[in-house]
Amino acid sequence: MNVVTPFEGIGASVRRKEDFRFLQGKGNYTDDLNRPGQTHAWILRSPHAHAKIRGVDIAAAKAMPGVHGIFTGADTEAAGLGGLPCGWQIHSKDGTPMAEPPHPVLAFERVRHVGDPVAIVVAETRSQARDAAEAIIVDYEPLPAAPSLEQAQAAGATPIHEGVAGNICYDWHIGDKAVVDAAFAAAHRTVALDLVNNRLVPNAMEPRAAVGEFDRFTGDYTLYTTSQNPHVIRLLMAANVLKLPESKVRVVAPDVGGGFGSKIYHYAEEALVTWASAQVGRPVKWTADRTEAFMSDAHGRDHISRAEFAFDKDGRILALRVATQANMGAYLSTFAPCVPTYLYATLLAGVYTTPVIYAEVKAVFTNTVPVDAYRGAGRPEATYLLERLMDVAARELGIDRVELRRRNFIPADAFPYQTPVALQYDSGDYQSTLNECLRVADWAGFEARRAEAAARGKLRGIGISTYLEACGIAPSAVVGSLGARAGLYEVGTIRVHPTGSITVLTGSHSHGQGHETTFAQLVSDKLGVPVAQVDIVHGDTAKVPFGMGTYGSRSLAVGGSAMMKAMDKIIAKGKRIAAHLMEASVEDIEFDRGTFRVAGTDRTKALVDISVAAYVPHNYPIEELEPGLEETAFYDPKNFTYPGGCHIAEVEIDRETGKVDLVNFTAVDDVGRVINPMIVEGQVQGGVAQGVGQALLESCIYDADGQLVSGSMMDYTMPRADDLPPVGVATHTTLCTHNPLGVKGCGEVGAIGSPPAVINAVVDALRDFDVRHIEMPATAAKIWQIINGSHGKAAA
Amino acid sequence: MYDFAYHKPSTVADAVKLLADPDAKAISGGHTLLPALKHRLNKPTALVDLSGIAELRGIRREGNAVVIGALAKHAEVAASAEVAAAIPALAFMADHIGDVQVRNRGTIGGSVSNNDPAADYPAAVLGLGATIRTSKREIAADDFFLGMFTTALEPDEILTAISFPIPEKAGYAKMRNPASRYVMAGAFVSKGPQGVRVAITGAGPCVFRQADMEAALAANWSADAVAGIKQAPDDLNSDIHGSAEYRAHLVTVMAKRAVANAG
Repeated sequence: MNVVTPFEGIGASVRRKEDFRFLQGKGNYTDDLNRPGQTHAWILRSPHAHAKIRGVDIAAAKAMPGVHGIFTGADTEAAGLGGLPCGWQIHSKDGTPMAEPPHPVLAFERVRHVGDPVAIVVAETRSQARDAAEAIIVDYEPLPAAPSLEQAQAAGATPIHEGVAGNICYDWHIGDKAVVDAAFAAAHRTVALDLVNNRLVPNAMEPRAAVGEFDRFTGDYTLYTTSQNPHVIRLLMAANVLKLPESKVRVVAPDVGGGFGSKIYHYAEEALVTWASAQVGRPVKWTADRTEAFMSDAHGRDHISRAEFAFDKDGRILALRVATQANMGAYLSTFAPCVPTYLYATLLAGVYTTPVIYAEVKAVFTNTVPVDAYRGAGRPEATYLLERLMDVAARELGIDRVELRRRNFIPADAFPYQTPVALQYDSGDYQSTLNECLRVADWAGFEARRAEAAARGKLRGIGISTYLEACGIAPSAVVGSLGARAGLYEVGTIRVHPTGSITVLTGSHSHGQGHETTFAQLVSDKLGVPVAQVDIVHGDTAKVPFGMGTYGSRSLAVGGSAMMKAMDKIIAKGKRIAAHLMEASVEDIEFDRGTFRVAGTDRTKALVDISVAAYVPHNYPIEELEPGLEETAFYDPKNFTYPGGCHIAEVEIDRETGKVDLVNFTAVDDVGRVINPMIVEGQVQGGVAQGVGQALLESCIYDADGQLVSGSMMDYTMPRADDLPPVGVATHTTLCTHNPLGVKGCGEVGAIGSPPAVINAVVDALRDFDVRHIEMPATAAKIWQIINGSHGKAAA
Repeated sequence: MYDFAYHKPSTVADAVKLLADPDAKAISGGHTLLPALKHRLNKPTALVDLSGIAELRGIRREGNAVVIGALAKHAEVAASAEVAAAIPALAFMADHIGDVQVRNRGTIGGSVSNNDPAADYPAAVLGLGATIRTSKREIAADDFFLGMFTTALEPDEILTAISFPIPEKAGYAKMRNPASRYVMAGAFVSKGPQGVRVAITGAGPCVFRQADMEAALAANWSADAVAGIKQAPDDLNSDIHGSAEYRAHLVTVMAKRAVANAG
């Protein structure tokens, strides 16, 4: 028997296989690749937020040492390159499609944000390319800039795109306004809150990079790039920008050092280096520095909202009304339009039985870097809005904030549960995650801790968030009906080699998630092969049949499910081979973890016996079965998955300086079945770190002229290890009912649930002051202003 | 970065000769200059690496002073038994500059010569009434820090060592800028042979002495003595991390804490 010891299957905290190479500095990242004859590119970027380009003079630059080519927007236009495509179309309230202005790979006639690419210089060295870029003379005619939602919508604001009236991309809504308005009119009490969801810069540890290589003998292009989804990049770049058959384009995303959403999208630099490699006849490498990352990676969040709850006399929610403005930036990034609509407004029921909801979302072009999905994407914005509004409501209704939440929870026996905003939740148990989190965080003992802190001159507060999210995106037919221009299935191939080791080809890309371990555990669990004999291959369109990639916490729920389907095919074929070898009927063959058995007998064949027979078919049912043991499956999910849970934060504020210290954080999440508890814990902790960053530290700031003020780590506050306490992570599982693994996803829960828990704790800490709401990030200066401003009112 | 020549002299005299070129720059730890070079914000003809000059090294007791060579790294000052015994507040300050990487590369000479308005060391130098020794002369701390990134050093003059008189009491406290972790407002206080001194860094365009607080502490050395003294916000820094008013408030809070730390 093929017994696997120690147990490495589902539920085991197997150490991450990939960490051996990462921790030894042996990762193979895009910038580590050097192709024979490689040249280097520098991108000249706009220093203006908004300007006309009257002319670009490259004469002097072209004569500089080492320069192989300089290309401007005029060149890419003349070459017939297409613009960067948008993958999702939203329709406005009145049925008209969203404004979808061109997004050229190099700015043509006009620049629309600081960092907008104007020219690409290809030279022998990076330094020479940069020298030449500095010698390019661009004649700009500055135009009034509108970096903020307010400026872009002001009367008389300069249009950022021709033909886009009022800079409005779309004005969308969901729900029945009349029904919701009526519920408000009849309500016992209503509670309203205006709030901002601050703009964030993703800041993956590895900056973006791309190497383009043209093979003049075959006419094939290869792009090595920092991507979360190489097949999607190939599709978008080949079909829309370079206008090449996909068969002539290979995209490789090797080791990638973090994405958080920012590496989903097709960026101009990818198409530029690929195209330029054919123009100069040499491979072309571009690697962003951190400054470029700040001004060219898609940003996240940036909403302004007004949210209102209507309550009956018992504190039950009757209705929710939301009006949101979303900053799209200067152009539509690949999936930008769906973030503040179908990834946001459809989540506004949260964990509550709100019977009717109306949300309207106005998406606005501004002179800033494009905004797209960033860890959580829409769901953190929805959760922050709901959970802040819940706390404000509890206070104004005079109902305990935990009790108010409990009173409105969707009960555990109400699933499947249809919300008024399209989604149907399959499973969940919000009372249990809440109870467990209250227990672990010692909610009941908080007042004693607050008193002890007060004796030390600190203001201590506790905050809670009970949240839900939708991930595992998603049934292709559903997202298609909502405007997606892609299917959202996943692909998995299981290749059993003759001697029984296994290669898995997956369309899910790993850039920190630990897939090489988790996916191997699935195979180990099902086929009974040690994890060490399972290799996960991803990130190369020449190896993997197809794939939609990694985002929206979908890799296990969708990619893992595709592997399970492919393994089912392997087992089905293996049973036929086993039946032949053991001279039994196929119906009598059982399979369990690597062993085929004739039911009720001690006659068995190991998986390796089957694979040997499949590849050395001397004794084989060759008339009815092809040799080989390799199967591919496409899995299209039946529904989203719905992780949820409870987060509790505890803070202490230095009343003299206003500095907020997060002293405790507890997360109890329902992520469905847990494959590797250690990896889940790490994913939740990382998500919480980014959520805490949003709540307390991070803020992307443009000045009124559209200059990026927080354009470096000197001014953009990333969370550091000493900003975080040990994060307590526990899981409480209800299984997803519609995928073969029962998994829901854990990649984003930390970033979704945590920001309101932290802000609720900060507001609670300031309960003796006159504070209703604090915008993120709750910086020391902001808190001091509150304490100072209400000095005297405090029961100090 | 742009191309530049690289020199590594072994004596102060040779370094001074190389720095006669007005576009040459001295470098020690490089924690300020290298990022500027990488961003192409600076285009020196040559870098004169001081790290090979033995006479710039060493931390020693000289009578009633602790003398620290210009090449002493922050981590060395933090770990020095001489400094810890004589001026524990200085060791504490050095131990809280930047992060581990900065403390293991950055030098006292580089930090003081650069006079970054948000650096820690200028507060200690001014707050202890230290004397700056150079390749040419000695300069009192009160005459050294002239303005933002500006000192009394001449272009071909190298800071060689700093002599810190040993105080009776000294203390340091600061609030960090959350993003850069430089000083948003910091106070170094002392009482000793140079009188009572309160030096404020981070809050303004250049380190400065807070005369009202010095007078109050001279009369009554206690945290309470400075707690009520307000710093005027005029001329203080204001940015996305904090207004001038906030920094003015922090000056009082940090001065109070510095006195408390001094004991």
